[in-house]
Amino acid sequence: MDFDWTPVWLTLQLASATTLILLVVGTPIAWWLARTGSWLKQPIGAVVALPLVLPPTVLGFYLLLLLGPDGPVGELTRALGLGTLPFTFAGLVVASVFYSLPFVVQPLQNAFEALGERPLEVAATLRASPWDRFMTVAVPLARPGFLTAAVLGFAHTVGEFGVVLMIGGNIPGETRVLSVAIYDHVEMLEYGKAHALSAGMVGFAFVVLYLLYLANQRLGRRRS
Amino acid sequence: MSGLKASFATRLGGFNLEAAFEGPGVGITALFGHSGSGKTTLLRCIAGLERAEGRLEVNGEVWQDRKVFLPVHRRALGYVFQESSLFPHLSVRRNLEFGWRRIARRERRVAFDQAVELLGIEPLLPRDPVSLSGGERQRVAIARALLTSPRLLLMDEPLSALDERSKQEILPYLERLHGELSLPVVYVSHSLTEVARLADYMVWMEQGRISAQGPLAEVLSRFDLEASEAEEAGVVIDTVVAEHDYPYHLTGLDSPWGRLWVKQINAAMGRRVRVRLPARDISIGLVPDRASSILNVWSARVGSVGDAAPGQVLVRLLQPDDEQAPPIIARITRRSADVLGLSEGRRVYARIKSVALM
Repeated sequence: MDFDWTPVWLTLQLASATTLILLVVGTPIAWWLARTGSWLKQPIGAVVALPLVLPPTVLGFYLLLLLGPDGPVGELTRALGLGTLPFTFAGLVVASVFYSLPFVVQPLQNAFEALGERPLEVAATLRASPWDRFMTVAVPLARPGFLTAAVLGFAHTVGEFGVVLMIGGNIPGETRVLSVAIYDHVEMLEYGKAHALSAGMVGFAFVVLYLLYLANQRLGRRRS
Repeated sequence: MSGLKASFATRLGGFNLEAAFEGPGVGITALFGHSGSGKTTLLRCIAGLERAEGRLEVNGEVWQDRKVFLPVHRRALGYVFQESSLFPHLSVRRNLEFGWRRIARRERRVAFDQAVELLGIEPLLPRDPVSLSGGERQRVAIARALLTSPRLLLMDEPLSALDERSKQEILPYLERLHGELSLPVVYVSHSLTEVARLADYMVWMEQGRISAQGPLAEVLSRFDLEASEAEEAGVVIDTVVAEHDYPYHLTGLDSPWGRLWVKQINAAMGRRVRVRLPARDISIGLVPDRASSILNVWSARVGSVGDAAPGQVLVRLLQPDDEQAPPIIARITRRSADVLGLSEGRRVYARIKSVALM
């Protein structure tokens, strides 16, 4: 059986890019949510959590309108000579960032909240500037949170389907990721191929989560 | 201008802090008060951890006033927190280096090895904070604060989270600090014993305000402060080892009040010794009464008589021949005070039943 690895590589690329972007974008959001006293905390927190409850198709639909040739963002990307994002790999990345945002922000926010004020105050009395104490105290102490965030963000992106169909379509080598490929195989009654990919996904999800729990347990034990 | 000048006013969730005090430029100033009196809040204002209206001057440098607010990390201070505050992700050595590496080389006035030696933590360096005892952690925290070469050291009840044994283990180190560092220290405590042992200067706080401040002996001898303190009332005086009476196992201490005999101590002649005279262990007589077992009897003059607990009074006694000598206080029953006719200026004899060496 000739096995087509393209969807697998594409999925890994998509999940890696999304996770990387989410760690960069999600960290400041989580930091702000964890420490602000502003009234905006609850509304922004709710917006970040939206993808948890919305059907992915709803998210995909609005992103399609937003990024499409007539949407405000679409007009902007066209004016910048970037073309439009839907049905491209870049568009998939953008959509995945929104879709997986809560899976990265929430573990980070919990980790930052669990830190409390004290370690940062201590660092301040030891002459560390705000950026310095974030990098040398908050980030290392929140390491289990970062690990969880990265793994959940990655795994959740690997598993997305609805958003991909809405925004990415089904272009081999460009937007045809694992979950879509499985769907295609089933549609065409190629159960053997669907099995290979699906069983691989099950194994992958199990191994990743198992390793995550192991790692967090080890980190947790060192700390207490 | 040397010395520490602080004045702050702030509201924190229904609690009003309005406090101003001045402390010496070198030596330990105790911020004393019950829990809830605002002493930790005041300390946090000094550190810049709370943003309060106010003014702070440390040996001539203004850290805060109407126009200036130095953020915490720009204040040359060391802060020792109440509970263990070591970074759990760093070894003891890396904890110590955390502040030290952030000080420019030319501004380092405390050498790494010096701080390690002063607090006796050499063997702990490679270990993880989680593996240390409470007392060890606090010693590391103190060394870590010193390694930032602070111009002001702030300590928030550094002993209160420790058991009695760890306390006794740390106190000698704190006394060494006092002897070896020439910088102002503000030491928050609710323990009169600790304050009496360590402090030179005392600031007494009640409900967010300062009710008394001054040299330790002077503040401790004021008994108008709080009747509830009467049980613990007592003064401290500084003495010098003057003679040893080996056959009787006694040591004679020179004090502004005269010779004070205590159980023999192992200290060289001329060594400074601080003693505490609990008010409840001083009684008063009208005659010297040499025919008694009490070793220490001092001639005194009654300064004032004030109420303590029901049926009890605190009597402030002055050294009759030396205005400069710190006063002492005795706690006796109201009945005895009336029978003896104690009133201001009356010549009496103070009998000291017990002395606590600090």
